[in-house]
Amino acid sequence: MRQNNSITQETQEGPRLRKYAWDTNEEYLFKAMVAFSMRKVPNRETTEISHVLLCNVTQRVSFWFVVTDPSKTHTLPAVEIQSAIRMNRNRINNAFFLNDQTLEFLRIPSTLAPPTDPPVPIWIIIFGVIFCIVIVATMLLILSGIQQHRRKNEGPSEMEDTEDKCENTITVENGIPCDPLDMKGGHINDAFMTEDERLTPL
Amino acid sequence: MVRLVLPNPGLEARTPSLGQLEYIEEEERSSRPKWDNKAQYMLTCVGFCVGLGNVWRFPYLCQSHGGGAFMIPFLILLVLEGIPLLYLEFAIGQRLRKGSVGVWSAIHPALKGVGIASMFVSFMVSLYYNTIIAWVMWYFFNSFQDPLPWSQCPLNANQTGYVEECARSSPVDYFWYRETLNISTSINASGSVQWWILLSLTCAWSVLYVCVIRGIETTGKAVYITSTLPYIVLTIFLIRGLTLKGATSGIVFLFTPNVTELANPVTWLDAGAQVFYSFSLAFGGLISFSSYNSVHNNCEMDSLIVSVINGFTSVYAATVVYSIIGFRATERFDDCFSTNILTLINGFDLPEGNVTQENFAEMQQWCNASDPAAYAELKFHTCDMKSFLSEGVEGTGLAFIVFTEAITKMPLSPLWAVLFFIMLFCLGLSSMFGNMEGVLIPLQDLNVLPRKWPKELLTGLICLGTYLIAFIFTLNSGQYWLSLLDSYAGSIPLLIIAFFEMFSVVYVYGVDRFNRDIEFMIGHKPNLFWQVMWRVVSPLLMLVIFLFFLVIEVNEDLIYSVWDPAYEEFPKSKKVKYPPWVYAVVVLVAGVPCLIIPGFAVYKLIRNRCRRRGDRQGLVSAPSSASVNGDLRS
Repeated sequence: MRQNNSITQETQEGPRLRKYAWDTNEEYLFKAMVAFSMRKVPNRETTEISHVLLCNVTQRVSFWFVVTDPSKTHTLPAVEIQSAIRMNRNRINNAFFLNDQTLEFLRIPSTLAPPTDPPVPIWIIIFGVIFCIVIVATMLLILSGIQQHRRKNEGPSEMEDTEDKCENTITVENGIPCDPLDMKGGHINDAFMTEDERLTPL
Repeated sequence: MVRLVLPNPGLEARTPSLGQLEYIEEEERSSRPKWDNKAQYMLTCVGFCVGLGNVWRFPYLCQSHGGGAFMIPFLILLVLEGIPLLYLEFAIGQRLRKGSVGVWSAIHPALKGVGIASMFVSFMVSLYYNTIIAWVMWYFFNSFQDPLPWSQCPLNANQTGYVEECARSSPVDYFWYRETLNISTSINASGSVQWWILLSLTCAWSVLYVCVIRGIETTGKAVYITSTLPYIVLTIFLIRGLTLKGATSGIVFLFTPNVTELANPVTWLDAGAQVFYSFSLAFGGLISFSSYNSVHNNCEMDSLIVSVINGFTSVYAATVVYSIIGFRATERFDDCFSTNILTLINGFDLPEGNVTQENFAEMQQWCNASDPAAYAELKFHTCDMKSFLSEGVEGTGLAFIVFTEAITKMPLSPLWAVLFFIMLFCLGLSSMFGNMEGVLIPLQDLNVLPRKWPKELLTGLICLGTYLIAFIFTLNSGQYWLSLLDSYAGSIPLLIIAFFEMFSVVYVYGVDRFNRDIEFMIGHKPNLFWQVMWRVVSPLLMLVIFLFFLVIEVNEDLIYSVWDPAYEEFPKSKKVKYPPWVYAVVVLVAGVPCLIIPGFAVYKLIRNRCRRRGDRQGLVSAPSSASVNGDLRS
């Protein structure tokens, strides 16, 4: 009973430079990679390139391949070959500058890369930073508000000493502002000359 | 001219006369908050008006109602409805120099209900709006990694494949519904508080508290950033978007006019509703903001400027959004096509590069002709560009699913994600400032909170209270609650409040009096256009839109969409009927503010009747106080 493995391949679409023609040399490389994978399996270290056979190669670049045992009497079970290729999938991909999407082995599912889990999720770090900034800003604003409040409370207590509240409001009596009645310090009445000026300097 | 003015005794006593206005302004210079400069006021108003709706509601409406043709009803209704109402709110706030409750109770004590209804609606909207900001913050926190967490599905337990729910829907859907909301399958299944959303909610409320802690003293500084940053980010996205493949197809799709839609009344209804909600009218915040202005501020120019900016922002944001959507749709279309090409190539072993998008149809026919049996076995997907362009693109679906997916396809995704969510955050936060103002000032005016308490404490208590109630949105069913409130709290009551506002100013306060006030404030009387709008057209429009809404809502069954992995058509959302107790919630949320208005008027009437029967009030109740040194009675 022949156990076949089928492979289809696309050439990479991205950078045009990497597109290459599939010829017998590439086929040889492929056989070498498969043989290399099999040699890594215990009990199969004697696999040679000649043991890997390709058939039904199409223009699409898809083909079937089998691996025979050293005596070339029967082919190796597909399961063994599948697990061997899975182990070395990365090396095979890199040999052809391809990846799991562009080099497809039918019936060999690709092992998915485990997600990189940082010890502390990144979002908590960002949250912590922003929350701390906000707390600090809140504290500052509340403290400055308390200070302002205290200053306002001390302010009016000084002003209560002066009896006349005329100082703060512009009072109007008969249309004449009461400013001259300001108690805070005297106003110099310019109508009178100062004492100094009466005496002419010597 | 209609000269209907309802009798309003005592109006002179309740409102400061024009001559006293300037004096009052001098007196209040130290005690009442005021704007540092005009720019702060304008930015705050623009920030309040321009919100998330401009980004995720308007583009959808535009595209679904005939593209470029939607501009016509939108602009017409902007002029007929939005600008007059805005001018009215600005002018009345500046004239009476009080918040919403103060203004309406000054016009007539029975109208206090209008102010209370505004406060109630502002409170409801604050509840859920800040939760949306919390979700935006959650996405923002998660944007600082490459690859973005919503770009790939997580692996399942034994690492053989992707988690099933994610594989069947998409990584962005999974991240939104499962990793963010952890949504349950119905509004009944409340589940428990999701701690990560709770943390984001805490952060959102803390940031809001820092910004509103001292009222406009602090928000006035915050708006320099929150109101300007969205425009910068939109421009960056526009430039980036236009350089992406397929952007132009999105913009073309958005603006292609379909004039037949204009005959559809729903188009006009949606345009009217969008204009109305977009201007954040009837929340009370705008009245409050303009009451801090100086008496002679030119509110007419302000209302025109804010309206124009709001309209322009809607169109600008729609262009940016659709350029990105066009890009995403093109990517999806290309992917879909490539899958089909691959199917064909693999099925027929054709060499690479033989089949392209252009010759796909011919190759299909050739293959069918050469081997019909094998061809029949191949399964092709239908790739329709139009369906990709019109996929679920409004509301949270636009921001958290469609746009985030588009971002993952752009190079330097984390940068674009960070920018996008900062923009949404600023848009939401600046609208929240207006909402909070609409809650705080009425509470102060109603003397619910003691005036002696420092402002920081008052805002802290309000924020804390609303934050605690908003825990309901952190449950598994939180998103269903939010949609419920969004549909009913922030829609019908506002229309009624706006109608009563217009009615009160024009017919209870008296439009002649209002005209004289405006002439005193800005130097010229409002011209014929404003008279016609205020007296007839705008209230009529409000009424028409309200009636239409009522008819539509009452006829519809109350259904909502759930995310149910067990649904056959998953990942489509399942439409489920609301449970019966939701009707009670809807009545509470939508009915209470509407009923407060007449309710309060009736209550005041009864109280007056009782008082008149009780004590003999022969004298006019004008408060008299000794006036020494010309001190004003406050």
